[in-house]
Amino acid sequence: MTIGDSIFRKEALEKVTGTAKYTDDYHSPAMLHAKLIVSPHAHAKIKSIDILEAQKAPGVRAVVTGQAEFPLTGEEIHDRPPIAFGKVRYHGEPVAAVIADTLQLAKKAAELVKVTYESLPVVNSPSEALSTSAPLVHENLGQYEKIQHVFPEPNTNIADRIKIRKGNMEIGWQESEVTVETNFSFGPSDHAAMETRCATAEIRPDGHILISSSSQSPYMIKKLMSEYFDLEAGKIIVTTPLVGGAYGGKVPTQLEIIAYLASKAVGGRPVKVFNEREEDMITSPVHIGLEATVKLGSTRDGKLKAAKLFYTFDSGAYSDKGATISRAAAVSCTGPYFIENIWCDSLCVYTNHPYATAYRGFSHSEVLFAFERTMDVLAEKLGMDPFELREKNAILPGHTTPTEVDLNSSNVGNLPECLRKLKELMKWDEGRFIKINDRKVRAKGISCIWKTSTIDTNASSGVILTYNPDGSLNLLSGLVEIGTGTKTVLAQILAEKMKMDVSQIHVRMEVDTQTMPEHWKTVASRGTYMAGRAVQQAADDLIRQLKDMASRVLVCSPDELEVGYGKVIVKDDPTKSCMIADIAYGHKYPNGNAIGGQIMANGKFMFKHMTHLDRETGSGKPGPEWTVGAQGIEIEFDTRDFTYRILKAYSVIDVGKVLNYKGALGQVMGAMSMGIGFAGREAFIFDRKGKVLNPQLRTYVPPHYGEHPEYIVEFVETPHIDAPHGARGIGEHGLIGMPAALANVLSNAAGINLNQLPLVPELIWKIKTQGVQNDSV
Amino acid sequence: MHTTEITLEVNGETRSVTVRNADTLLYVLRDKLGLTGAKPGCLNGDCGTCTIDVDGNPMKSCLMLAVEVQEAKITTVEGLKYSSLQTEFVDKFAFQCGYCTPGFIMNANALIKQYPHANDMLIKEWLESNICRCTGYKEIEEAVKSALATAQTVLRQQ
Ligand code: FES
Ligand code: FES
Repeated sequence: MTIGDSIFRKEALEKVTGTAKYTDDYHSPAMLHAKLIVSPHAHAKIKSIDILEAQKAPGVRAVVTGQAEFPLTGEEIHDRPPIAFGKVRYHGEPVAAVIADTLQLAKKAAELVKVTYESLPVVNSPSEALSTSAPLVHENLGQYEKIQHVFPEPNTNIADRIKIRKGNMEIGWQESEVTVETNFSFGPSDHAAMETRCATAEIRPDGHILISSSSQSPYMIKKLMSEYFDLEAGKIIVTTPLVGGAYGGKVPTQLEIIAYLASKAVGGRPVKVFNEREEDMITSPVHIGLEATVKLGSTRDGKLKAAKLFYTFDSGAYSDKGATISRAAAVSCTGPYFIENIWCDSLCVYTNHPYATAYRGFSHSEVLFAFERTMDVLAEKLGMDPFELREKNAILPGHTTPTEVDLNSSNVGNLPECLRKLKELMKWDEGRFIKINDRKVRAKGISCIWKTSTIDTNASSGVILTYNPDGSLNLLSGLVEIGTGTKTVLAQILAEKMKMDVSQIHVRMEVDTQTMPEHWKTVASRGTYMAGRAVQQAADDLIRQLKDMASRVLVCSPDELEVGYGKVIVKDDPTKSCMIADIAYGHKYPNGNAIGGQIMANGKFMFKHMTHLDRETGSGKPGPEWTVGAQGIEIEFDTRDFTYRILKAYSVIDVGKVLNYKGALGQVMGAMSMGIGFAGREAFIFDRKGKVLNPQLRTYVPPHYGEHPEYIVEFVETPHIDAPHGARGIGEHGLIGMPAALANVLSNAAGINLNQLPLVPELIWKIKTQGVQNDSV
Repeated sequence: MHTTEITLEVNGETRSVTVRNADTLLYVLRDKLGLTGAKPGCLNGDCGTCTIDVDGNPMKSCLMLAVEVQEAKITTVEGLKYSSLQTEFVDKFAFQCGYCTPGFIMNANALIKQYPHANDMLIKEWLESNICRCTGYKEIEEAVKSALATAQTVLRQQ
């Protein structure tokens, strides 16, 4: 039995010996290198680009600048030129690429490219974007091609607006005896994966296009490239080796397009585009910012009656995943509570910030920060314990979600149980505000979480299994190993099904879109569910084929056979069996006749009954199930200088079923660490002109070794019956309650309302001493 | 472009290589010697993914020039063979994407060699120069502490 066991990840030895290969680790003497020239302005007209000097520089093979004939790109709205053309819309936007024999030569020549700009007024926040006098980031918004379910509003900066209209707000407010309303804001930040993005492209004489990329979406690259450039999809082959951290940031297709254009400019030779850290932080997509207003109404005893929510996401210069993120925010707009009357407008707006894409949690940590913080504000106004308010309103089977999905005991986890466990673990009853001395206090704060996925309704995942002569199996899946260990979990699921040792399963880590079946995108904590189901289906087929072949050898009907432990056995007479290794390639009779051939099988999976959201009311079913949980933070706070130390961080999550214990624990703790970084310290600092002042790991500082708190993580297991072994998504959930929990505990400790991020001591000091809110730090 | 042929001692082997004076050690290891274990994370000294061992000290190879280390003994992660530290990293699940791992291992390996009795403070002082974005660091802490314990046992037995 391997399910639940802490099986080492399949690629573990490669990773500790330095032999694990990532995209930039592959290079050949034939490969040319591209260096991007990026915009120093957040919004400016490009008056001229002089490339003559650069073209003449040693080793330079081509210089590519934006062209009118390059396609506009973007997954939902085609709003982004691959290289800026006419104007730049964010600090860091590529305006040209110099391609040379070596990166050093390309860099030298890049300095010779002269770009003249004429600066334009800048949109520096979502509220500025919505003001009637705001400059337009996209003058031609109405003319862009787009997918069906996104609705840009021409002549504004609004890329999309998702509405939730549930129940009747008038009744909701009438029934509310207590109301609270709070504003929130935080700016864009970064994924900061340790591996910066890298892509190579090559155009072969026969028209095949070979792309290699550190991506979460190799199959999407294939699809989009064929769409953008009108290429035959079958001629595009994308490979993705191991990926050095992604967290949503490697979903978009960006550098791949530039690498392709660069290769085209040099007659198809292979070209590599490698992001240095500064580029990776601002040129490539970032983590979205948000401004929010949350108004809640409840009865005096804490029953939520109405929620009015206004979310404005800062998608930056381009919409990329911003519209989908705003949609996901609407889907989970309230936090895991049952509220009959909900009004929500979730907007994706353009600003002149670096453009945003998916980030671990996909809108949930952002929305929950606002919502769960408001829950604490309401609890305080009601004079109620924060746990009690949450327990009272916890979402349960029988309830409906904001998009009116009916919940049952399978599609939603057990939130009351998570809350009960968390309360016990945190020793909540011993108090949540303890004075240690004149200067220091200890405080506790909590947040609930929930999440479903909002992915394409027809996203699919496929798996191929083939036998080796020794009876071991090869597992091929298009899922990318981005660090989550999902491919190891797939091996566990297969081992369980085939009753075999997991060491006998060989998992191909690299993805190659030509030879491996598609896994839509490695996102949304859906890898195990989708690819796991495909594995199970393929394994069923393997078993059927094995029994069929063995029935001829053992001279009985296939139903009388059982597969396991490397054999096919006659059920009622286990002395009669044949080795899988002996029939995996067919069977040869004594006279030389042979039947069969190598046994292989495939499986595929697509979610059932997913729907788009109704444009007017938001009703619809975007995801298959909701993972729920409760999280907490305990800090020691210095009331004199407003510094604090996170002592303990807690997560109790209903994961349905733990498939790999240490793996799951690692996912949760890692996500918590990232959430604490985002909440406590990480944010881009913009000057008035929209320039990012800290695009470096020295000035934008993720958590370092030694800053980590004690993690206390527990799992609840309420199976989701459609998923392999009942497991729910888990990759993102550790992150999503951390910002709210930290804001709640710090508000509690400092005795003020902290409604902005990041929660640096300076912000606490400002609000505490000057009462300044809504002012950027 | 000025280039020089230099000799480096890497992982116990003598390797000749032609470099520019401005080439960083990280670049030469990766692109000229095919040792891609050390990773580029920031090329600026801020992340530690490029950490290697130079004469027993953990060094950020993105901040060193190849021409500087002609007399030195260089060890990269490829030169460590089945050390207990590597085993502990696997055992304690001390990595996910693995991109920061060679750097952490090389840093901690030097720490264990120099200070087998390192306490929490010293461990933090050494390892805080490296960033891991995937784990919560607890797993790395456990792996390093287990390897320290093994090193201490070995010392006691000697
Ligand atoms: S690459 Fe050397 S410290 Fe980051
Ligand atoms: S394991 Fe991914 S950065 Fe450390």
